[in-house]
Amino acid sequence: MGIDIRNVTKTFGTFTALRDVSFEVRPGELVALLGPSGCGKTTLLRIVAGLETPDRGSVMFDGEDATSRQVGERRVGFVFQHYALFRHMSVFENVAFGLRVRPRAHRPSNAEIASKVTNLLKLVQLDYLGDRHPSQLSGGQRQRVALARALAVEPKVLLLDEPFGALDAKVRQELRRWLRRLHEEIHLTSVFVTHDQEEALELADRIVIMNEGKIEQDASPVEVFERPASPFVMNFLGNVNIFHGRVEKGRALLGPLALDYPEHDAAESRPAAGYARPHELDVARTDSGGGLWAILETANLAGAIVKLELVDDERKLLQAEVAREHYDGLNPKIGERLYVRPKKIRVFVDEG
Amino acid sequence: MAHVETGRTRDPKRGLTEPAPIRWLLTAVALGFLFLFLAVPLAAVFTEAFRLGWSAYVTAIREPDAMAALRLTLTAAAIAVPANLLFGVAAAWAIGKFQFRGKQLLITLIDLPFAVSPVISGMVFILLFGRQGYLGPWLMENDIRIVFAIPGIVLATIFVSFPFVAREIIPVMEATGSQEEEAARVLGAGGFQTFFRVTLPNIKWGLLYGVILCNARAMGEFGAVSVVSGHIRGLTNTLPLHVEILYNEYQFQAAFAVASLLAFLALVTLVLKTIVEYRTRRSMQPVGEFPH
Repeated sequence: MGIDIRNVTKTFGTFTALRDVSFEVRPGELVALLGPSGCGKTTLLRIVAGLETPDRGSVMFDGEDATSRQVGERRVGFVFQHYALFRHMSVFENVAFGLRVRPRAHRPSNAEIASKVTNLLKLVQLDYLGDRHPSQLSGGQRQRVALARALAVEPKVLLLDEPFGALDAKVRQELRRWLRRLHEEIHLTSVFVTHDQEEALELADRIVIMNEGKIEQDASPVEVFERPASPFVMNFLGNVNIFHGRVEKGRALLGPLALDYPEHDAAESRPAAGYARPHELDVARTDSGGGLWAILETANLAGAIVKLELVDDERKLLQAEVAREHYDGLNPKIGERLYVRPKKIRVFVDEG
Repeated sequence: MAHVETGRTRDPKRGLTEPAPIRWLLTAVALGFLFLFLAVPLAAVFTEAFRLGWSAYVTAIREPDAMAALRLTLTAAAIAVPANLLFGVAAAWAIGKFQFRGKQLLITLIDLPFAVSPVISGMVFILLFGRQGYLGPWLMENDIRIVFAIPGIVLATIFVSFPFVAREIIPVMEATGSQEEEAARVLGAGGFQTFFRVTLPNIKWGLLYGVILCNARAMGEFGAVSVVSGHIRGLTNTLPLHVEILYNEYQFQAAFAVASLLAFLALVTLVLKTIVEYRTRRSMQPVGEFPH
């Protein structure tokens, strides 16, 4: 099922959680809503589910206005951040709940419910835990029960609120891969909320990046990473080195760096900043032009990528990441003066 | 008491606890106080009740006015407890699951019967429904008797026992939050299904605890009921009022015999309360955030 969110605004008292947000989820897509806490991503997810009502705007399911449809009538599966399993029911009964509460005319027989629940528990690889209670499960197991419970009502769309937020790193990795596979298997339109950029980049077909109730960028993972639409997106998707300066007459003058910037050829000067990710900085002993000199302060050798911290002549910190072989070939000493050249730099003009 | 018996073995809390003599002293003071002010009076009630033997005890209790008082007490409790159960669940639901204006005021109002002297709450009912009260003339015209009749006693009982259920389940509802209810709604459950299948099982032990306390108060109330009752023997006397009348008439053994019924009720309440508290502790293990 496709979801179309149009001009949704939501306020809580004096706090505006969403300002005129619009975006679309195509059938079968797996979309991430990514942003820092308080950016409105969870509110947006809850509005799609029908757990909150927008002040303005509408939510369309397959072209039909679903804004005033009741929660229970929307056919959505919702996985809560802390799972919200029914604590007094067994795993089996948790999953069966959505079937048992159906009106008598549409309720499957007990045998049908049993076979369906068993199949779902097999799907989430927990069929041997059916008679346990939620308090006897680990975090990752609870997460999968919550997912099976949401899938039991055969939802047309699956919504997940910080699905891996409460799990430790290793379990999170495993579940992420598992969810990706599951999505490829059942192709259910899915939207998940996360504040973890790595999770969004790895899992989603498309990422909607939000900040202060607005959408900053809506694009594929490669697109948002390679061509971030704003300094916020650039900053949020990982570490960056920022070079402040100005643009004028088709040139960008960013502190020690100077480069062509044909997008702004007016004589009038505007403040601007250049952004380069740590892996986009090249470190060498010789001046090859277009870079700056800096002193190596620390080198973290743990891992396939060596993380360097350098300070330039204005005592500004630079972060660089170089491949292990490159570092070993260069073999620099701490305190040595090295030439740092950005291989790639994105300039954002302050429109003020 | 486990801390007292640590003896000479190495105590991990050593340095955080008081020296043994002080611990013994404090424990002795606390136990002595309990014995003097709770155990001795309770024993006295039963000793006095049975002073003239078992048959005198049975006679005192089977006396028609005592039986009438017992019936009235049970009737008042049988109406007040379900009424307060409904009210308490509704109020706790509103307070625990929703945000609204005037929530603090509602919480304060629920506590009002605790804060106000029962005698004053009785007076309020006289002021409202009595012959000279605000609604008195209208009630007289329509031949409805509230004060000095059973309805007045029931009203006073409801009033004084009304905070118990709400107070017990508000914290439980606040602690469980509303996520499970939201999950139920998303899965297609209606309001009643959500309440009976999800909310009620989560609050049942708190609810039962509240009902037990509410019942104890409803049966034991003296002050408010005394004001609105009019003390008509065999008609508007509850057990506590009957005890007072017997005592004032120097029928000590009969007074204590009837009082022993109330004391017995209190003991049953305590036992039930302990069982429920034990079950509550076991069922309140949270499921939400969790170390892996």
